[in-house]
Amino acid sequence: MRSFAFARGCLAVTILALPRLASAQTPDLAAIQQQIDQLKQQLQALQDQLSKVTSQPPAEPPAAAPPAQAAQAAAEPTATVPPGAEGAGGPSGSLPVYGAGAASSKVFNPDMAVIGDFLGAAGHNTVNPSPAMQMHESEASFQAVVDPYARADFFISFGEEGVDLEEGFVTFPALPGGLLVRAGKMRAAFGKVNTLHNHVIPWADRPVVTANLLNGEDGIDDAGFSVARLIPNPWIFLEATGQVFRGDSGELFTSSKPGDLSYVGHLRGYHDINENTNIDLGASYARGHNASGVVDGTDIGRFITQLGGFDATMRWRPLQRSIYHSFVGRSEVVWSRRQQPQGEQDSTGFYLSGDYQFARRWFTGARYDRSDRADTSALDSGQSLTLTYWPSEFSQIRGQYRRTRYAQTETANEFLFQFQFSIGAHGAHPF
Amino acid sequence: MSTVKWITALALSLIAAAPAAAQGKLNVVTTTEDLAAIAREIGGDRVTVESIARGYQDPHFVEAKPSFILKLQKADLLIVVGRELEIGWLPPLIQQSRNAKVQVGAAGYLDASQRARILDIPTGQVTRAEGDVHPQGNPHYWLDPENGKIVAREIADKLSELRPNDRSVFDQRQAAFAGRIDEAEKRWLAAMQPYKGVKVVTYHRSFPNFAERFGLNVVGYVEPRPGIPPSPQHTLDLINDMKRQMVKVVLVEPYFDLKTPNAIGRETGAEVLVLPPSVGGTKEVTDYFTLFDYDINLLVGALKKVGTAAATK
Repeated sequence: MRSFAFARGCLAVTILALPRLASAQTPDLAAIQQQIDQLKQQLQALQDQLSKVTSQPPAEPPAAAPPAQAAQAAAEPTATVPPGAEGAGGPSGSLPVYGAGAASSKVFNPDMAVIGDFLGAAGHNTVNPSPAMQMHESEASFQAVVDPYARADFFISFGEEGVDLEEGFVTFPALPGGLLVRAGKMRAAFGKVNTLHNHVIPWADRPVVTANLLNGEDGIDDAGFSVARLIPNPWIFLEATGQVFRGDSGELFTSSKPGDLSYVGHLRGYHDINENTNIDLGASYARGHNASGVVDGTDIGRFITQLGGFDATMRWRPLQRSIYHSFVGRSEVVWSRRQQPQGEQDSTGFYLSGDYQFARRWFTGARYDRSDRADTSALDSGQSLTLTYWPSEFSQIRGQYRRTRYAQTETANEFLFQFQFSIGAHGAHPF
Repeated sequence: MSTVKWITALALSLIAAAPAAAQGKLNVVTTTEDLAAIAREIGGDRVTVESIARGYQDPHFVEAKPSFILKLQKADLLIVVGRELEIGWLPPLIQQSRNAKVQVGAAGYLDASQRARILDIPTGQVTRAEGDVHPQGNPHYWLDPENGKIVAREIADKLSELRPNDRSVFDQRQAAFAGRIDEAEKRWLAAMQPYKGVKVVTYHRSFPNFAERFGLNVVGYVEPRPGIPPSPQHTLDLINDMKRQMVKVVLVEPYFDLKTPNAIGRETGAEVLVLPPSVGGTKEVTDYFTLFDYDINLLVGALKKVGTAAATK
């Protein structure tokens, strides 16, 4: 196959070089045009042959050999200097083929995908109103293997106005000692929802506890290192993750000195109860400097926020009917201890959710939310019901009814609707 | 395998002769039970083989459970069906396996589709308007015993590469397997011979290689497009088409809902068969041979029942 790439590269270079070579001579546009047309035809013929060869079953190599030779023969004359260009200070003989490397290395382009998230809201919310319609997020992903030792994943989130690197990291999957090391910007391994992108969570929004205690939709998402190791034991899957970040995660963590790092630790246990049912438990801890002690850009307070978390997920999916029915029950509890000028503020929040797939393309779910705010003692709570339809694996339509009670006084009733659609090759998500 | 590699491997194994001889069984993990069955045929007692997906499960939609990470972590060899069958779930498992041996492109990673005869390779522009298409061709290629032999050869080569000392064992077992396939295939072809060209409808495009080998003429699908569940309009069109073409058999993979196929069967008088496309698809199908025994037996029984009228083209 390399010879084709070579031949194509030759053609490309020849075509690109033509006008310049010709302008060194007397310009005869019609002749050049003719030559270009000829070359285009030859290129087309070659591409046809190439697609024929690639679509042939590889089980018959002898059959594939003759067309390969033929194509090479056809390609050869086109790689030479066009008649008339020779001897005029231009190159003679075969043209150098600069394009070949680039053409063949296109196969190394990363997997690219874009996932659109269109979000609408109707109803009444005076505390935290959502726009009636918004192209909430367009997530572009670029994922590929870097070399035998690493792979890279980029997730770039385009809002309607700004662009944000949601995640961009390199992973070393095969280090000695069973370590899985990541470096870059990533969503921290705190609990479950914090690690998930918008398009894989079963709701149109994120739980109240995320908004109140975990920096909202952006979550703990920062630049740093992550090291994860499996802890061998005869009973369950057990993974310990340690992460060090610069210490900037929106309102939650603010780093005013290079030493103000934030730390996240996570322990995950997973066990298959049977082939249909499994349980996934996690404990998390995070620590970093918060912004409440910052006065005029100087952190005079040196206040710390500590977070603890516990998450539990129970999944059921009957193997033989796995594409039709499933259930996921999940809960996360988060404790926050935030030092601030008024003293220490302890807050707690949790959500409890269940999502049931009742047909191949249909899901319904419910969620209960309850959470203190991080810096005051106000308590918010909420309930949601969702209905999701997948026209295909690559798109989904979701409606969500949400009732939120803010600080036990204001009540908001809203209907959220969401269209999500994916194009390109989006890598599979971790379980 | 290139000779240079082979010589290098041989040289290395000679240098490390003592430890090589003391090596334990090769730990082979496959994505599907079909590959596991073939790997067992070739590896014999020199290997332990485990499959990630079960045969009665849709291999496109396996969950990437962490327990599979543990299996991959300990694997010496990972054999995959390829052709993007596992694209939705295998990459994160490999990535989290912390096992350098089974990373894509490493010595312990084998894509079994490389030399097999692959059908349905799309030509021209491929878009998802056609549903969940496989740009690299139909991945259900193991349902042709000739491909089974090719896959067995690939596995034997790979096992020999990893355990050069046992090369003769693997070669011998591979030859024996091919011989047994040839024997059985005569029987299978003979059983299907009277029904050559019989028109059938299948749920998903799981059977092109099987149909090609055993002379079935697949004229329609219960799915309007690959991966898209049946729509009322498509089902109606299919029923009319089946009546017009006198199609009397509907083949359904064990992991699909039988509601629509049964309705089609009632409307058209066609037999609805749950035909396992994989080893483990049903209790009786325990290895690569019983897969064809079972499927062909089931088919022949049904074709006898619906009469030979269906066999006319």
